[in-house]
Amino acid sequence: MSREELKSYLTETFPSFKVEDTFDFPLLWVPKEEIVGVLTKLKKDDATQLNFLMCQTAVDRKTYFEVVYHLHSYPLKHDMVVKVQLDDRDNAEVDSIVSLWAGAEFYENEMYDLFGIRFNGHPHLRRFMLGDEWPGFPLRKDYTDEHMISL
Amino acid sequence: MEIIKKFTESEDEQSFVINIGPQHPSTHGVLHLKMRLNGETVVDVEPNLGYIHRGIEKMNEALTYKQCVHLTSRMDYLSAHMNNQAVSLAVEKGMQIEVPERAKAIRIIMAELQRLASHQLWWGCLGLDMGAVTPFFLGFRERETILEIFEESTGNRLTMSYITPGGVLQDIHPNFVADVKKWIAQFKKNLPEFDQLYTGNVIVQSRLKGIGILSTEDALSFGTCGPVARASGIACDVRKRFPYDGYEKLQFDEIIYHGGDCWDRYMVRMDEMKQSISIIEQLIDNIPSGAYREKLKGVPKVPEGEYYQRVETARGELGVYLVSDGGSKPYRLKYRTPNFANLSALRSMFIGQKIGDMVAIMSTLDLIIPDIDR
Amino acid sequence: MTLLTISLADIIHSIDTWLNQTLSPTLAFAAELVLGGVAIIGLVIVMAILMVYAERKVAGFMQMRYGPNRVGKWGTLQAVADVLKLFMKECLTPKNADKLMFAIAPFLVTAVSFMTFAPMSFAPGVQFWDINIGVFFITAVSSLSVIGILMAGWSSNNKYALLGSMRSGAQIVSYELSAGLSLITIVLMVGSLSVKDIIMSQQDLWWIFKGHIPAIVAFVVYIIASTAELNRAPFDLAEAEQELTAGFHTEYSGMQFAMFFLSEYSNMFVLSMLASTVFLGGWMPFHIPGLDGFNHAMDFIPGVVWFFGKTFAIIFLIMWFRWTFPRLRIDQLLKLEWKYLLPVSIVNMIIAALITLLNWQL
Repeated sequence: MSREELKSYLTETFPSFKVEDTFDFPLLWVPKEEIVGVLTKLKKDDATQLNFLMCQTAVDRKTYFEVVYHLHSYPLKHDMVVKVQLDDRDNAEVDSIVSLWAGAEFYENEMYDLFGIRFNGHPHLRRFMLGDEWPGFPLRKDYTDEHMISL
Repeated sequence: MEIIKKFTESEDEQSFVINIGPQHPSTHGVLHLKMRLNGETVVDVEPNLGYIHRGIEKMNEALTYKQCVHLTSRMDYLSAHMNNQAVSLAVEKGMQIEVPERAKAIRIIMAELQRLASHQLWWGCLGLDMGAVTPFFLGFRERETILEIFEESTGNRLTMSYITPGGVLQDIHPNFVADVKKWIAQFKKNLPEFDQLYTGNVIVQSRLKGIGILSTEDALSFGTCGPVARASGIACDVRKRFPYDGYEKLQFDEIIYHGGDCWDRYMVRMDEMKQSISIIEQLIDNIPSGAYREKLKGVPKVPEGEYYQRVETARGELGVYLVSDGGSKPYRLKYRTPNFANLSALRSMFIGQKIGDMVAIMSTLDLIIPDIDR
Repeated sequence: MTLLTISLADIIHSIDTWLNQTLSPTLAFAAELVLGGVAIIGLVIVMAILMVYAERKVAGFMQMRYGPNRVGKWGTLQAVADVLKLFMKECLTPKNADKLMFAIAPFLVTAVSFMTFAPMSFAPGVQFWDINIGVFFITAVSSLSVIGILMAGWSSNNKYALLGSMRSGAQIVSYELSAGLSLITIVLMVGSLSVKDIIMSQQDLWWIFKGHIPAIVAFVVYIIASTAELNRAPFDLAEAEQELTAGFHTEYSGMQFAMFFLSEYSNMFVLSMLASTVFLGGWMPFHIPGLDGFNHAMDFIPGVVWFFGKTFAIIFLIMWFRWTFPRLRIDQLLKLEWKYLLPVSIVNMIIAALITLLNWQL
């Protein structure tokens, strides 16, 4: 589907969610309770068939977190972005999508390690890059460390 | 694919845990694998990363865009040109810069030479890991000439930072075209030697065929890309699906095999080398003349917004996710690296295989650990 | 010209008569034993140094590079430098290792490989111990090295070493069968186990030509089986660096490691000598039945030169394998032996027996 068709499809199927545009892809904002349901529908539906999780990451917007999912469809050759806004920075949690895409296990581990976002239902959430004793979560914007040097 | 169980829960009392790495002759980089073995068979495996985590994504938030390009060469250092190309393309997309034709042709030739050099090293190390020491020297002999060509034009052998936003950093050396043509003639003569020594060998075939099978659904579910996914039947070559920098005008085949075992991953890369040669041959004689870059005034500032750029490195699809707030430094620059996704497929490929196969699987996966840890 | 007429056998004979004249018979016998032992140990050490140097140079030339060429002219003193380095390294024993077995294992392996030199015949009349079961003695004694390897792996208290020694033990025990059967093929045709008889029976033509098909098959099987017995590539799982760091000798360092290293090379030398004795005629020059002039010309070259020439050719062949082929997995290796080599050897032996009975050899 072309970009406009995909946007109109999204506005029809999910009337209560906001649909926007980034530079490359259409963007769908989803509340965090419904993320697994929405992604399942996007993956299984014949019109979208978004069967490939390209990238799953998080952005720290100082007052809230954004968890970003980039999806791609191999049969239909289109892509889109799904975002979840997490307002609670200290207890950021969202459901894990490991049941849909097994590759999400590593992305979610990385996000827990570097941002502190917990994923419910993840089989083995651990700090696998920084080690268990690292204080704080480095990729947050308010992270400080006495060894850090500002240029 | 059923939900992955925790590594420590295992019902098998006969099994024991050994650590492979982080210092080990056959893991290509510092990767720590905890393997639970029952005799010779692998029951479970858990990778443990972070030994070369340098915080590149955090550093990017304090550097300007031109400085960010330098850090990308150090991620997947065997695809240095392509990593630089990815970030440069993302910045150019944001700033709406048009790159001159000469720069595009040079970029493609450098990228394909880099791909060939990377596959040479992969082939040499594959032979070395399986016990045949001679392929190592043959592969590095070819790679050495390419590195000398790089040094002549870019000044560096491994971490080039040559492809920058706007074009390339400086024009190619006057001997570049002649050197590349000479190397291609020599490589075409030597490539049948590779097949003669290694591909046709019965021992190699019996060690690679039927080992480490990755089915198509699993490959999609884990998000694998590059030769690993193409060997499982997924047509994922970014140069064909989302062409950039002039790839749409070139004639080359996308190599796809359907078996998903180590042998198919091996053959995909061997055939890709031939395709890269044909791409270079199409371009080397007709590099357009003109400017080699579009000069960017002052410090480049990318307008506010989000940009996603995909590039095909030697190992798969590198995705650059750039979130900008309008300033001269990125707000968030995330790299979706191919090796990260390929590593997550490791567990499903290992379970049930023998320890001797572990080496074959790791070599055909062709992981570069700094790319995983960033 | 007089130099050519003095053979090695004459020199030994004259030493023997001198000793018997100056000392009492038992003392002379004891002196001869000691001299013979020293000579063999000297030969082994010289050969080991030569083979280590040759291996590295051959590897270098096959890989389009120079081998060692800094230490001494053309790198000839490289092996000496390596031995000196190993001398001066500390011999560590792991903390929870079984100290007695850990210490004995290298000596056992080395002693066994020295013992196999006894029945070998290097030149006409030069043999340390002429017994009538020479070939049998060699194969029997060389299989004792398995005990040393298992001891080394077990007493190291190291999972990697244990895995390596188990693999190595399984491999050596399996391949001894094929090696033994292929030697028996020729012994059948000769009719005697004694090394001297085997060599003398090749006076008209070497067994690899005289025994035609069974002998050639036996030769090929023997080369494959002895490469496997030596733990050399393509069968070097026991020391596969890429998988198990160093296998059964992971925990050994310094002179103890040097003994394992030495025993590997001296085993290679012994098995090549055995192959050249049984299949290629030992010190017997190349004769073609019927061409007397040719045979007479061949006789000018001394037996020692023939013997060492053939041995070095087989050593070169075994080294060539190492730098060409990748490694086999353990189950593929054992499958090769039990499903392919062993049936082939048995059938081959039966055919050889038939040929001997019906007198069909050349």
